[in-house]
Amino acid sequence: MKSLSRIAAVANTETRLASRNRWVLLATLILVLFALALAFLGAGPAGSRGASALTLTAASLATLSVYLIPLIALLLSYETIAGEIERNTLPLVLATPVRRSEILIGKFLGHIAVLSVATVVGYGIAGAAVTLVHGFDPGGALAWTRLIVTGILLGAVFVAIGILVSASTPRVGTAAALLVGIWLLLVVLYDLALLAGLIVDDGGMFTKTIFPLLVVANPGDAFRLFNLAALEASAPVAGTDGLARSLPFPPALALAALAGWLVVMLSAGLARFRRLRP
Amino acid sequence: MTNETLLGVDDLTIAFGPLTALDHVSLSVQKGERLALLGHNGAGKSTLFRAILGFLFLNTGTIRIADAAPGSERARRAVSYLPEAVAFPKALTGSEVITYFARLKGEPPRKALELLETVGIADASKRRVGTYSKGMRQRLGLAQALIGRPDLLLLDEPTSGLDPISRGEFYDLVDRVARQGAAVLLSSHSLTEVEAKTDRVAILSKGRLVAEGRLADLAGAAALPIKVRVRAKGADADALHAKIGGRRLNGRLVELDCGTGDKMAVLSRLAALGDVVADIEIETPRLDDVYRHYSKPPAPGDAA
Repeated sequence: MKSLSRIAAVANTETRLASRNRWVLLATLILVLFALALAFLGAGPAGSRGASALTLTAASLATLSVYLIPLIALLLSYETIAGEIERNTLPLVLATPVRRSEILIGKFLGHIAVLSVATVVGYGIAGAAVTLVHGFDPGGALAWTRLIVTGILLGAVFVAIGILVSASTPRVGTAAALLVGIWLLLVVLYDLALLAGLIVDDGGMFTKTIFPLLVVANPGDAFRLFNLAALEASAPVAGTDGLARSLPFPPALALAALAGWLVVMLSAGLARFRRLRP
Repeated sequence: MTNETLLGVDDLTIAFGPLTALDHVSLSVQKGERLALLGHNGAGKSTLFRAILGFLFLNTGTIRIADAAPGSERARRAVSYLPEAVAFPKALTGSEVITYFARLKGEPPRKALELLETVGIADASKRRVGTYSKGMRQRLGLAQALIGRPDLLLLDEPTSGLDPISRGEFYDLVDRVARQGAAVLLSSHSLTEVEAKTDRVAILSKGRLVAEGRLADLAGAAALPIKVRVRAKGADADALHAKIGGRRLNGRLVELDCGTGDKMAVLSRLAALGDVVADIEIETPRLDDVYRHYSKPPAPGDAA
């Protein structure tokens, strides 16, 4: 009971700080603006081939989310522990009866709350706008819901990565630099390397067996794979032709991979934080 | 160890690699007692606090806090800590900071908020910490440390950077807490500052405890000489120096050392010199001299 109340106190303070520092507003704005731009400025919904505008926008949003959600999650979390070390509040907090695991879980939940609000409100507004203009369809609504829920899971993985890095360096500046590097590596360079592999391999062994596993091993790609495969099951969407059928495993494995990342990163963060000597 | 001993440090050594931060230090603080820990920057004051909080590995020795091990649940309930130069999040208000720490300590926030009144910043409780002056931030820090009536209060340089009036008020608050039965260990690098504000002082120098006791006893034990400066008439310090000895400071001044006991004898000898002496100045040892006496490493052949 006491443990829960302490976790709640930490989470509460984190969300309050994020909202005071305008992070909630900023994250929501970024998501709503990019989602609206995709829905109305892109060529996506216009050239529909049987699929609704809602479904098609969900498909392009799945790709955009791979870039945006990790970035927002990292920005929310990168200074959470390093900042307390710099301000010298960490020894103060650790001198109270609160356990280190409680602090870490509280901070994690606080950041997830902020990220959830931003994702639900941001994508919710964009989805409502698309529905108003192009009309409602149940399949599309389901795709958006799936996108938001798995998007929060993707964000949770990157919040956990952010906390791990924040607990690994006593300098906020170092943490920020590390996170930019991690984002580039996991979100941009990883895909480029895979693409290069596909081109060199030209439909051989790599493409058929190793490539799908490498895709699922990356949290961003796993998220995109799951969403596109699920979309494809309900309606044909350009650019994903035959994706689900060509996979050597069920798409749900992608979700399991995301959950695995979350568990590993949180445990690593806790191990780091436990070793920290304020 | 009696029940009244809230902090007992025995033969504590802490080393960071080749650097020995604390070297076989022993001290204790009783219920209701205020102990001032003095030392230069890097003397090991903050390291001692961190060790008491259970953050560090002890190379030798033991620490007991209200009969519990440092860092244990019981010890953390008994201890309150105010680190040096703490900066609470600027975006939170004073009452939000207090509510947060009350929850972490498992104390009712409503009761904890009354402490803002105690430290005199109740008016600013709804304002963000970013707008606080340094003195107000330090008071907020003290209010935080007082949540839940701690048995042992650890204050790391709580008054550094405060103006003399805020400093005085700060010590009045500490005094009140000690009278209610808390043991207080506070650090400072100025002996003058803690004079009359604490019951005992302990002086750390390069990780070693070089003196511990009541201030008056320390000053007595140091037996620092009284300095008598004699001004020669007609700028003839050489003639004066030849008569009375001592140190010739410049063309007019000669300085003599004398113990407390023979002050009168020295003065009457000087008075008997008559015309050669223009003026006499007497300088009794100040607290900072006492502090310097204990902090400096003993010179070779020095009896002290």
